[in-house]
Amino acid sequence: MRPSSLIGSLVRKRDFYAGGLMILLGLGIALKGATYRSGTLMHMGPGFLPTALGVILILIGIAIGAAALAPSDGQHDESILPPNPQWWAWFCILMSPVAFIVFGRFLGMAPGTFACVFVAALGDRSATWLSTIVLSTVVTVFGVSLFSYFLQVPMPIFTWGGGL
Amino acid sequence: MIATALTDLWHGFGVALEPHNLWWCFVGVLVGNMVGVLPGMGPLATISILLPLTFGMKPVGAILMLAGVMYGAQYGGAICSILLNLPCHPPHAVTCLDGFPMTKQGRGGVALGLTVFASFVGASWGITEMIFLSPLLVKAALQFGPAEVCSLMLLGLLAGSTLARGSPLKGVAMTVLGLFLGSVGTDLETGSERYTFGMTELDDGIELIALALGLFDIAEFMSSVNQIAPINTKYTNVRLSDMRPSKADFKKAFFPMWRGTIVGSLCSLIPGTGPTIASFVAYATEKKISKHPEKFGTGLIEGVVCPEASTHSSVQGDFIPTMSLGIPGDAVMALLLGALMIQGIVPGPQLISQHPDIFWGLVASFWIGNILLVLLNVPLIGVWVKMLAIPYRFLYPSALFFVCIGVYAANNDFFQVGEVVVIGAFGYVLLRLGFHPAPILLGFVLGPRFEENFRRAMLIARGDMTVFVTRPISAVFVALCVILIGTQIYVRMRGSKSVVPDVTDHGGPSPPISPELQPQRIPVTPAE
Repeated sequence: MRPSSLIGSLVRKRDFYAGGLMILLGLGIALKGATYRSGTLMHMGPGFLPTALGVILILIGIAIGAAALAPSDGQHDESILPPNPQWWAWFCILMSPVAFIVFGRFLGMAPGTFACVFVAALGDRSATWLSTIVLSTVVTVFGVSLFSYFLQVPMPIFTWGGGL
Repeated sequence: MIATALTDLWHGFGVALEPHNLWWCFVGVLVGNMVGVLPGMGPLATISILLPLTFGMKPVGAILMLAGVMYGAQYGGAICSILLNLPCHPPHAVTCLDGFPMTKQGRGGVALGLTVFASFVGASWGITEMIFLSPLLVKAALQFGPAEVCSLMLLGLLAGSTLARGSPLKGVAMTVLGLFLGSVGTDLETGSERYTFGMTELDDGIELIALALGLFDIAEFMSSVNQIAPINTKYTNVRLSDMRPSKADFKKAFFPMWRGTIVGSLCSLIPGTGPTIASFVAYATEKKISKHPEKFGTGLIEGVVCPEASTHSSVQGDFIPTMSLGIPGDAVMALLLGALMIQGIVPGPQLISQHPDIFWGLVASFWIGNILLVLLNVPLIGVWVKMLAIPYRFLYPSALFFVCIGVYAANNDFFQVGEVVVIGAFGYVLLRLGFHPAPILLGFVLGPRFEENFRRAMLIARGDMTVFVTRPISAVFVALCVILIGTQIYVRMRGSKSVVPDVTDHGGPSPPISPELQPQRIPVTPAE
């Protein structure tokens, strides 16, 4: 590592962000927790334990961040992003439950299932329209019969405009 | 003492052999074996998916099935390691070292056959240990007051987060985060709302299922998608007749198998060291005492059976603290405990006496399940081998549907499906930052009980914190905690490597595209 790029190397350190995230989380937890009544040790209020946990998290975060200041041995993967980021696939995976919520809520279980599997399957690099549609149809038929008929999940198969 | 244990066990067999319990046990081990074989699905992900389906079931059937998934996956994972050289499941990573060379020499069938046998031996030992140790532990645990329970939980949490793979500091951070997440919702004692930000859906706290599915399914899919290479099925042509070991093989495997079993059962006694650590320790021991250590890695049967026996013995042994003390050793156990809590059963030392059906039924079902697994694995080996070829691009969208419908079915509420998305995205960020989300679950499940006992202990001691070190049993636990932390710091200062090398990719799933191209993957689940 070139000594001149100390700051540059700091930014690339994963643990630096890891510690930072923990400090932020801890800070949030502790500050919010301080608004609840903390009580005494003998009669603890609802805010006591969460606030304490928040403070511990801040301390651990500082420790993780401080450990990241040590020079890197260059062996570990210090980048935050994986070598080939899959933005599209990640988006599809996160959107798949959202599609399930939207379509399931307003159109029913069958459209919800279809949309959920369809959106998720689009994330795969080798997916084609045909394979995606076939997979979604198969899962929908199987899923609806399993969950609606066999397990009796109370969700209409088809509905219009949110009958729930 | 022994006589009562045996009568109870007899009763347990009665419970486990009831047709519907037998059925769920069979379903559990079948599904477990299946996901063990499938690259890209782990037992944690699967148990999370199956959890909502158990709501309508009786507690005994539910826990039998979920536990079956857990140990069934260990059998399936071995197939993946030996035939494909894919460490799909961390405990089986070291099995690859000698298992795959055996496959290349055309002896994969023999390796599998002996693995099944060794697994059964290891599991049987673990179960026996559970039968006799659990009642003893319970006897001791019934003397515990809130202060003791508190320090014991602290020890369990610390061990679970620091002895697992990866940075101990990050493990502790995740445990603390889990404890915090467990406190979200209505405070049990005062009834005031905490961290709900006005959302009434959060009044009952964060849903265990949403948390587990988000951390172990959604985050997993995100890190595995488009990362799984097509599988090389060149060596996967194994038939039943190939599995019969010769007498010489059997002789060579006999003692390593027992040594592995013993190592595994010893490891399971230390909280926080799951099957993964057990299998590595067993392999290292075997190599050390072998007369020809240089031959390890070239396809020695000893190098296959020893870690496998150890894995199974430790998997069964892990149930001991979970069932008898209510303190889970790893995330899978925490999830099983969560499943019991959803059924309205309070975990802890009183579980065995209050719900003998569950405990002894579970113990008996382990044996039945292991026999079923041997029966499933030996004649049906061809079927399992074929399943290896199911592509991930079909697997994960279908699994995502199960995630969605499962969370929905838990409370018939779409809000929790949204919860899963948020937790999943957050879980993936944690993964990329080098955190293992498994201790979160540990903290989450133990959190409310920890808080309750802590408050009670403080109330009894009139706010005197020294109660934790003045009461002798509690003091022992606290001392163990200090030793644990001290050792970690010492090891860190010396700069030596942790016990378990990070050979595997994360958690259950996703074999890397190629070992050279792949940078170090983040291991997720410490001890599946």
